[in-house]
Amino acid sequence: MSGLALNSVTKEFGSFTAVKSVQLNVPHGTFVCMLGPSGCGKTTLLRMIAGLDSPTDGAIVLDDEDITKIPTHKRNLGMVFQSLALFPHLTVGENIAYPLRIRGVDAATQKKRVDELLAMIHLTGYADRPVTKLSGGQRQRVAIARALAISPKLFLLDEPLSALDAKLREAMQVELRQLQQQLGITTIVVTHDQREAMTMADTVVVMNGGEIRQAASPIEIYRKPADRFVADFIGMTNLLDTETDSAGRAIVLGHAAEGIVLPDDLKKATLSVRPEDVHLTAPGEGTLTGKVTFIRDLGGTIETFVDVAGKQIVAVSTPRERPAVTVGQNVGINLTPDVCVVLKK
Amino acid sequence: MTEFFRRLYFVVIGIFLAAPIIVVAGVSVNEKQSLTFPPQGFSLSWYGEIFTNHEWRNALLASLTLALLSAALAVAIALPLAWFLWRRIAPWANIFQILGIAPFTLPPVITALGMLTFWATTGFYGQPWTAVISHAIFFVTLPLVTLSLGFTSIDRSLVEAAATMGADDKTVFRTVVLPLIRPYLVSGYAFAFVLSLNEYIVAYMTVGFTMETLPIKIFNALRYGYTPTMASVTVLFVVTAAVIFSLIARFGDLPKLLGAMAGDDR
Amino acid sequence: MRREAPQSLADYAPLIFPAGMLTVFFVIPFGTMIAVSFFQRLQGAFYEPAFVFSNYARFLSTFFAGVLGFSLFLAISVAVCCVLLGIPFTYLLTRMQRKTQVVWLVALLSILSLSEVIIGFAWSTLFSRTAGITNLFVALGAMEKPVALSPSFGAVLTGMVYQAFPYTVLILYPALVRLDPTLTEAARTLGASPVKAFFTVVVPALRNTVIATLIMVFIFALGSYLLPQLLGRPQHWTLSVLITDQAIYQSNMPFAAAMAVFLVLVTLALVGLTLFIGRKGEAA
Repeated sequence: MSGLALNSVTKEFGSFTAVKSVQLNVPHGTFVCMLGPSGCGKTTLLRMIAGLDSPTDGAIVLDDEDITKIPTHKRNLGMVFQSLALFPHLTVGENIAYPLRIRGVDAATQKKRVDELLAMIHLTGYADRPVTKLSGGQRQRVAIARALAISPKLFLLDEPLSALDAKLREAMQVELRQLQQQLGITTIVVTHDQREAMTMADTVVVMNGGEIRQAASPIEIYRKPADRFVADFIGMTNLLDTETDSAGRAIVLGHAAEGIVLPDDLKKATLSVRPEDVHLTAPGEGTLTGKVTFIRDLGGTIETFVDVAGKQIVAVSTPRERPAVTVGQNVGINLTPDVCVVLKK
Repeated sequence: MTEFFRRLYFVVIGIFLAAPIIVVAGVSVNEKQSLTFPPQGFSLSWYGEIFTNHEWRNALLASLTLALLSAALAVAIALPLAWFLWRRIAPWANIFQILGIAPFTLPPVITALGMLTFWATTGFYGQPWTAVISHAIFFVTLPLVTLSLGFTSIDRSLVEAAATMGADDKTVFRTVVLPLIRPYLVSGYAFAFVLSLNEYIVAYMTVGFTMETLPIKIFNALRYGYTPTMASVTVLFVVTAAVIFSLIARFGDLPKLLGAMAGDDR
Repeated sequence: MRREAPQSLADYAPLIFPAGMLTVFFVIPFGTMIAVSFFQRLQGAFYEPAFVFSNYARFLSTFFAGVLGFSLFLAISVAVCCVLLGIPFTYLLTRMQRKTQVVWLVALLSILSLSEVIIGFAWSTLFSRTAGITNLFVALGAMEKPVALSPSFGAVLTGMVYQAFPYTVLILYPALVRLDPTLTEAARTLGASPVKAFFTVVVPALRNTVIATLIMVFIFALGSYLLPQLLGRPQHWTLSVLITDQAIYQSNMPFAAAMAVFLVLVTLALVGLTLFIGRKGEAA
C-alpha cells in the first residue's frame, strides 16, 4: 500500500506507556490531524514517525518499506517544529537550502529551488535576510518551505501554528491546506486546536491516554463520535446518562424519552446531544422539564443554560430563532432520536 | 556506535580529570616518608599529621580563618550592591558591578601585585588582616554574580504585594527579599570560601612572609622537602570542595546557578 | 515593585559600603600599581616616587620579547586545546540526564577550585619517575623502565589544560543548555547525520560563544604562574612568573608593576582585536 502504516506502535518511558499499540493507515496524499489533550501521546507518535524517538514495539511502514530502524536523516522527510527551529546563524535562503546542501546538491540547483520555494510561500526576494528579522508568520512560512525543499515523502508538523495570533493562525490553516492539496503530499499535523484540525484534515485522529480513540473525517468525528471522550473533547455537547426501564423505554433524567432505543446489549448508556440540537419548548411539552439558570448572549449565538433535575443542559440558538425565555422561567426540552448519539458508558 | 564513542569520550575525560587525584590519594597513604605510587604499605598517619604537626595545623587554621572571614566580607560587600542595583535605576552604579567582576576576570597576578603595592605603600604590608580584605575583594565577584542572579529571579510583584499589606522597604527586605535570596547568599558564600581556601598568589604576595596558609605551606614543602602530608592535604581539599559543591547541588539549583554565572562572565 | 531612581541621599545608603570597599581596595591599589610602574627603584628599599619610563624600556630586549611571545603562545595553545575538547564534551553533557549533569558539574567545580599548587603537585607526581604514569606503562609492558615526563613543555601544557578545562566547560555550559535542542533535531529531519548536524548547526550557531570562550580561557591561562614553574623549565616561564619573581624575590616593584600594566594592556588589546575580527566576520 502506498502511504504510511503504523503497526501496533508502542512507546514506553520506564513504567509509563506514552503510546499504546497504535494502529493507523494513512493513504498517500492524505492530510491527517492528530488531536488530543496534552500528554495524550500525539507528539511522541509524531516523533517516532520522524525517527526522533524509537518505538519500544511495533513497526512504522512507509510505502511498503519498514522504516522503524532507519535513522531520521535517511528518512527523507520534512518536519516543522513547534519552535520552528530555524537556524539562527543562517539567512532565509540558507535555511531553505540546508537540506539540499547536506545532500550535496550543486549551488545553481539550490538557488533555483530556493527561489521556487520562496515564490510558493510569497516571500520572493527574502533569501538574504537573516531569519531573526522576520515576523512570526514569515518565520512560519520559511520553516514550511525548508521542510518541503527536497519534496519529502512525508510532511510532519508539530503544533506548527501555536506561536501565531488567532487571526494569522486561521489564515495559515487555509494556506497550509491549499499548499498540501496542490503538492499532494502525505501530511501529518499534531495539534491541540480542534478548529485547526477541522479546517485542514481529511482524517482527524483523536488520541487520549496513548491510544487512538477515533480516526475519521472531521464531520464524522463531530456527528458520530465513537465514545464519550471524543464527544466531549470535540466541540460542546450535553452528555446525559440513560438507562432502560422494565418496559424497554429509555429513561433520561427520570423522564421517559419517546423513540430513543438503546442497543440490545446495553442497559445503561450516555446520550450525546449537541447544544444546537437542543430544542426548547413550552413547559411540559418536551421530553424533559427544567428551569433557565443563565443566558449568555454572544451576539452571533445565544446559549441558554437549563437546569434539569440538577443537571445542566446547554441549548444554542441563533438570534433569529431566539427562544422567548428569561432566567428563572420553566422550559421544556425536546429530545428526538435523530439528534441523540448513543454512547457506551 | 555513536553511543559507544560518546561513552568512550566521557570515560577518557573522566580518567584525565581523576588521574592526578587518584595518584595523589595513593601517595598519601604511603607508610614511609616517600612519594611513591603505587603506595608501599598502607597508613593514614599522614592525615593525622595535618592535625598533629603544629606547622600543618597552624596552616590549616590560618587558611580556615582567612576563608571564613574573607568570604563573609565578600558577601557583605556584594549583598547591598546587588540589592541596590536590583532595587534602583541608577545606570552609573553599574560601574561598581564591573569593578566587582574585574578582579576575578583579570589575571590573578595583577590583582595580587596591585594589593602588594597598595599595602606596601600604606605601610600595612604583612598584617594578617590585609589578606582578608585582599581575598574579599578578589572573590567578591562570586557572591555578586550569584546574588544578582538571585535578585533577578525574585518576582517584583511579591514586593508590591508586601507593600500593599503595609510593609515598608526595610520590612520587605527582611521578610520577603532576604528569605528568597538566602540560597543564593549561601552558595555565593560557599563559592568564595572554597576558592579562598585554595588561593595562593594573592595570599602569598600580601602575607606570604608572615603567615603560612595551606597552599603556601604546600608550595614551600614542594621546594624545601617533600612529605606525603602534602598529598593528604590535597585529598582533604578535594574532598572538602566536593562536599561543599554537592551540598550546594543538593539544596540549590546548581545548573541554574552556573547558567547565569558564566552568562555574566561573557 | 517598579524600579525607581534614588529619591533622596538616604536611598544611596546601601551603596556606601560596597562602593567604598571597591574603590579603596581595588581602584586605588590598581592606580597605585600603575603609578609605581613609573617609579624609580631604590636598592635595599622598595622604591621612590618619580616619573621614569625606564621600567617599560626594559621590555625592549629579546629576552622579554621571548617571554611575552611564549606566554601568549602557551595561553593560546591552552585555549585552543580546551575549547576543542570542551565543546563536544559540554554539548553531550547538556543532553544527559539532569542528575548525571549535576555529578559532572560538582566534579568540575571541585577541580576548578583546586589551588594551582595542588594541581602542579598532583601532575608533577603523575609525571615523576617514582610515582608516575610511566610505572603503569612498565607494568603493562609498554615501556622498559619508568622515566620522568616533567619538566617539559608537554607537562606544562597538560597541567594548564587540566586547570582550564573545567573553566571552559562552565563557560560553555549555559550557552549550550540554552541552545534549542530542536535545532539539531530539525537538522536531522532535514537529512544531516548527528555528526554533520553538530558541525553544520551547533558549532556555527555558537560561533560568538566559541570566540568569547576562547578569549576567557586565554586570559585565564595567561594568569597561570605556578604550573610553568612546577612543571616546566625556566624557558617555559611566563610573564606572570616573571612578575612574581621581580616583585617578591628581586624586590623590584616598579619593574613588576610595569610588566603587570603591560600584561593588562596586551590582554585588553588581544581581546579587542578578537572582538573586532569577530564583528567583521559577522558583517561579511
